[in-house]
Amino acid sequence: MFTLTIDENSYTCQPGETVLDTLLRENINLSYACKKGTCHSCMVRSPDVMPPQTSQTGLKNTLKTQHYFLACQCYPEQDMCIKLSDQSDFYRMGTVIDNKLLNRNTILLVIAFEDAFEFKAGQFINLQRNDGMTRSYSIANIPQQSNTLEFHIRRLPDGKFSAWLHDEISIGDSIAVSEPRGHCFYLPERREQGLLLVGTGTGLAPLAGILTDALAHGHTGPIHLFHGSRDVEDLYRIDEMRQLAKQHLNFHYIPCLSGKQAPEGFAVGRVNEIALSRLPDLKSWRVFLCGHPDMVNQMKKQVFLKGASMADIYADAFLITLH
Amino acid sequence: MSKTLYERIGGEPAVSAAVEIFYRKVLSDYRINRFFDNADMDKQIAKQKAFFTMAFGGPNSYTGQDMRNAHAGLVKTGLNEEHFNAVMEHLGATLVELNVPANLIAEAAAIAESTRNDVLGK
Repeated sequence: MFTLTIDENSYTCQPGETVLDTLLRENINLSYACKKGTCHSCMVRSPDVMPPQTSQTGLKNTLKTQHYFLACQCYPEQDMCIKLSDQSDFYRMGTVIDNKLLNRNTILLVIAFEDAFEFKAGQFINLQRNDGMTRSYSIANIPQQSNTLEFHIRRLPDGKFSAWLHDEISIGDSIAVSEPRGHCFYLPERREQGLLLVGTGTGLAPLAGILTDALAHGHTGPIHLFHGSRDVEDLYRIDEMRQLAKQHLNFHYIPCLSGKQAPEGFAVGRVNEIALSRLPDLKSWRVFLCGHPDMVNQMKKQVFLKGASMADIYADAFLITLH
Repeated sequence: MSKTLYERIGGEPAVSAAVEIFYRKVLSDYRINRFFDNADMDKQIAKQKAFFTMAFGGPNSYTGQDMRNAHAGLVKTGLNEEHFNAVMEHLGATLVELNVPANLIAEAAAIAESTRNDVLGK
C-alpha cells in the first residue's frame, strides 16, 4: 500500500488500485473518461518522483519529462505526491528590471527574482495584478541567463492587462508570477531532426527561447523560423535573428508579411502558407507553432498532413482575452 | 485464453501507428473531411485511438449509446452511409499498408461495421 498526497491530504492506494480508483473512492474531483489510457482526461503530475513507465504511454515526451502521467493507468510503485492539473498556482514576487519598446506596440518586460526560477524555454507563466486579474505570457529567454524572465507583450486593443503593463508598470515595481506551465519546449534529443518554428506576432517569444535552447544544445538538423505579421512595423528582433542565421549555418530565418507592402528581404504572404510551400515534406520533422489560435489550429492539421507525426507537433495557441 | 485481435495486431504501439496513417487519409478525403473541420487535433487523435482499440477488440469502454451520442450532431449535418463506407475504406487501406494479415483485417472490419447503425443514428 502506498500513500498519495494532494496538498495537505493523504490517501491510501490499496493493492490493485490505480491512482484514479483511489481518488474516485475518496471523492476527489478529477475529470476522467475512458479509463483505458486513450483519452488523457485524467492526466495529473507527480512533481517529486518519476511515475511508472506504463502510466506515461502515449504522452508527448515533453509531458513525460515533467512527470505527467495518466491516473487511470498508474499502479503506484512508491508513495507519490500528486498535483491535479487545475490546482491553484503558487505565485512568487519578482522585480521589473527592464521595460522598453521592441516595436510600435510590443514591449520587452524583464522580471528578476532573488532565487533561480526553474523553467524550460518556450513555457508560459501567469502574471497577476494586485486586484487578482491574471494573464498568461510566454517566456522568451532561456533558463541559463541569471534569475530573470523575459516577455514580449503586445498592446491589445482594449486589453486592460497589456495596457497596465505598457503604461503603468515601470522599473523597480514588483509583480506576482506563477509557476511555469505548458509543454511546448525543446528537448535535447534527435539533434539531427529538422525543426520548423512558425509564429505570428509575439509568438516569437517562446520560439526565440526554443531556438536559443536548441542552438545552445548543439542541434545539428536544419532549423527554420518563420515569423509573420501584417506590417513590417509589427515584426521585431529582425536584425538579431538575421545575425543568428549568419552565425549558424543550419538556422534559417524567414520574416513574412501578409500586408500589401513588403520591403526586400521579406517573404510575402501568410506565414503558415509560406512555411508549407518552402518545406513540402515534413516527415520526421519536429514542429513548434505559437501565436494566433486560427493559425495554430489550421497549421497543426496541415503539418500533420505533410508528414509530421502528432507526437512531434508542439503548439501554443494564444488565448486572447478582451476586456 | 487465446490472444485477442488487439494483442495479435501488436497492442498500443500498433494502434498509434495505425491512427497516424488512418487520420491522414481521413483528413485528406474531400468526401468526409468537412466533418473534422472544427475538431481539435489532439482530442481527435485520442478518439481515433479509442476507435482503433475497439476495432481491434481491445480494452475500451464505448457503448452503442456513446457512439450514438457522439455522432448525433454529425448525423444532423448530413452524416450518411456513404461517409461511413469511406471511413471503412480508409480503415482497410491503413491495415493493408501496415501489412496486417487479411484475416485479421476482416476481423477488425467486422467489429467496426457493427457500429454502423449506432454511428448513423438508425
